[in-house]
Amino acid sequence: MGRLLLILEKNSDIFVLAIESIIMHNELGALIVQKQTWKDYFLFRIRGKHIAQESQPGQFIMLRPTKSLHPLLRRPFSIHSVLNDCLEIFFLKSGIGTTLLSQMYEGNSVDILGPLGKGFFLDRELQGKRVALVGGGRGIAPLYFLAQKLLDLGALPHIFYGGKTLSDLPLKQKFAQKNHKISISTDDGSIGFKGLITDLFQLELDNIMPSYIYACGPEAMMEKIARIAEKMAIPAEFSLESIMGCGFGACWGCVRRIKSDTREEWVKICEEGPVFSGHQIIWHDEES
Amino acid sequence: MTDLSVDLGFIKLKNPVLTASGTFGYGIEFKPFVDLNKLGGFIVKGLYFEPREGNPPPRLVETASGLINAIGLQGIGVKRFAEEILPQLRSYDTALIVNVCGDEDQEYAAVVDYLDRHEGISAYELNISCPNTKREGRCPALNPLTTQAVVKLVKESSSRPVITKLSPNVTDIVEIALSAQEGGSDGLSLANTFLALAVDVEKRIPKLSNIFGGLSGPAIKPLTLRMVYQVVSRVKIPVIGVGGIMTGRDALEYLITGAKAVEVGTANFVDPQSTLRVIQDLEDFCKSHRIERVEDTIGSLIVRDRE
Repeated sequence: MGRLLLILEKNSDIFVLAIESIIMHNELGALIVQKQTWKDYFLFRIRGKHIAQESQPGQFIMLRPTKSLHPLLRRPFSIHSVLNDCLEIFFLKSGIGTTLLSQMYEGNSVDILGPLGKGFFLDRELQGKRVALVGGGRGIAPLYFLAQKLLDLGALPHIFYGGKTLSDLPLKQKFAQKNHKISISTDDGSIGFKGLITDLFQLELDNIMPSYIYACGPEAMMEKIARIAEKMAIPAEFSLESIMGCGFGACWGCVRRIKSDTREEWVKICEEGPVFSGHQIIWHDEES
Repeated sequence: MTDLSVDLGFIKLKNPVLTASGTFGYGIEFKPFVDLNKLGGFIVKGLYFEPREGNPPPRLVETASGLINAIGLQGIGVKRFAEEILPQLRSYDTALIVNVCGDEDQEYAAVVDYLDRHEGISAYELNISCPNTKREGRCPALNPLTTQAVVKLVKESSSRPVITKLSPNVTDIVEIALSAQEGGSDGLSLANTFLALAVDVEKRIPKLSNIFGGLSGPAIKPLTLRMVYQVVSRVKIPVIGVGGIMTGRDALEYLITGAKAVEVGTANFVDPQSTLRVIQDLEDFCKSHRIERVEDTIGSLIVRDRE
């Protein structure tokens, strides 16, 4: 409430606006310039100069996969990477929105709104320190952007990337190419450690002793990481997911139980998150 | 130059486009996208006297061309609204309408009584039709007697015009509309969301924590439009059409049917500039059809005798 809002630039295709220090743009005809496919996983590079310029790791965009009335709502996608005037999204085809998007190609354009929400903690104090990034399945999406920015800061990121089977880990080469340290797990043992990524993380924790933990993935995975982080007194951040009606705080549809020093309340993930500190989040088994 | 203004009797609007409560936050959320001065008016999110928690998630589910919500009217309460939000909204040259909620009839009256002491509000919209706050969608608007009683009570304590937002989840909408008019309502909003259910077939559970929610979006437009048709010929007070408006043509369907104004709702989530596009569409339609005043379209529906 009581935020300062400014319209910075306005023309027929792009809206530029500022909420306090947060800048938001609506790029109505953002061009898809590259598409990569691995079975049901997709990586799209989209030219959206204004959004790309302002994005921080952990923030997201709302993308409208069609101009028709079904599906009606935009879909949230975390920002996977930023390259010059482009941003990338990485997603798993799962529902009607992602299925429609997966059928688009280079040269098609999409309507995107962003960057939205608040991103991960990034600070000079992480310079020279080891940090752990834990991603499960499509939850790996925002961690690539984060890992790159952490490297730029001089931090030493170690990636934990888990999935059900080998085909759930399409980004492992991409991380390896950037010389990120990476530990891999699959439920079926088809590659890497056989078991859950949280078990592998627990096993390697003593060697790494991260100063900071970031996680994104299935709720059960994040909750386990939160317990470990709490026990070891390591600060940790989690990127939460929710169905979203608008992405910019108007519909109140994407709430999560969040605690502060004084109280507990339903907080909008799109506005106050999607990244929250471990100590703020009330995990589902704690809810009454 | 097309004249887009409409006269509701108790209030004049610069154009017939309002925002539906609950889809436009407290207005300020849309300042980045919409010059609020360009709207006919905006209706802010429903206010109870006290701050309200709302329902647990999941609160939203998308259905075919529609959205089912069960937010449960989470909100900041009337005091914070008056202290923090209202001062930011006063400077706009447009109608500000406050959506008023209550668990009991007295609470509606208390909210109105409190807001009456603050400047900058054009009218109240009485939300007696939210399907998400009590079990199985119960609300005053389901019954003509409870409708009339709450409208009458609020009108007695209000110094401003009162619009009553009715529920579509009734057998006879005309009966409820007449009871609101009888209670002294200055206008009607037709209508709130349709009580709805969506099921997760894998888990065999309702998709919303509240079980039921309210369906909005393009899916409901023909249903509310039918209700507007039924009501406009039977009441003397102006009707505001609301349900599934995405474009100027959607708005025109309501106006031609006899609504004096419209509220744009779910479209605000999809395209935050929807209201401006609807206004532009209306103007373009009027120009291309050589209509000088948008009011000339209101109630212009031609229905041939069925005999």
